[in-house]
Amino acid sequence: MSDKTLTRMDLSEAVFREVGLSRNESSELVERVLALMSDSLVDGEQVKISSFGTFSVRAKAARVGRNPKTGEEVPIEPRRVLTFRPSHLMKERVAAGNRR
Amino acid sequence: MIRSELIQKLADENPHLYQRDVERIVNTIFEEITDAMSRGDRVELRGFGAFSVKKRDARTGRNPRTGEAVEVEEKHVPFFKTGKLLRDRLNGK
Repeated sequence: MSDKTLTRMDLSEAVFREVGLSRNESSELVERVLALMSDSLVDGEQVKISSFGTFSVRAKAARVGRNPKTGEEVPIEPRRVLTFRPSHLMKERVAAGNRR
Repeated sequence: MIRSELIQKLADENPHLYQRDVERIVNTIFEEITDAMSRGDRVELRGFGAFSVKKRDARTGRNPRTGEAVEVEEKHVPFFKTGKLLRDRLNGK
């Protein structure tokens, strides 16, 4: 494991390298991909990327939570959360790549 | 939305690009994220979320049908944490 952190910059660098557009346009395109995915999720849609994984939005009901420090009860409002379910292929590749 | 619809939307926004290049752009992004995680790296996309790898310790599992004990080896699994901006947007903030 190399324990590095990649950012948008690394993704746009990969697009620049693979597709040969300018660095500027590559980074704008990465931004648009993330924005299109986000917009679709905010609309409540599922985003299903074959051989990568599925992002879905789930509605969580209101519940009574507790402040673990004080023991005090706090209401937790109903909310929407995003879950990511990796594809089999991704799970296999991540497991294989990190095997000692 | 599925991969091909994402490609189509991006193509519609960028009529000056060839369809095949738009496909390569989208595929490269997901490929790069999976590659990073297979090396054990994190991918942090501010506002969207972060992909990381979590280690699952070896454990003794059980075959639910027969009740037989099975050794499960240590393994690494992909993990995604939603970014703050997207989490807030999902809740109309």
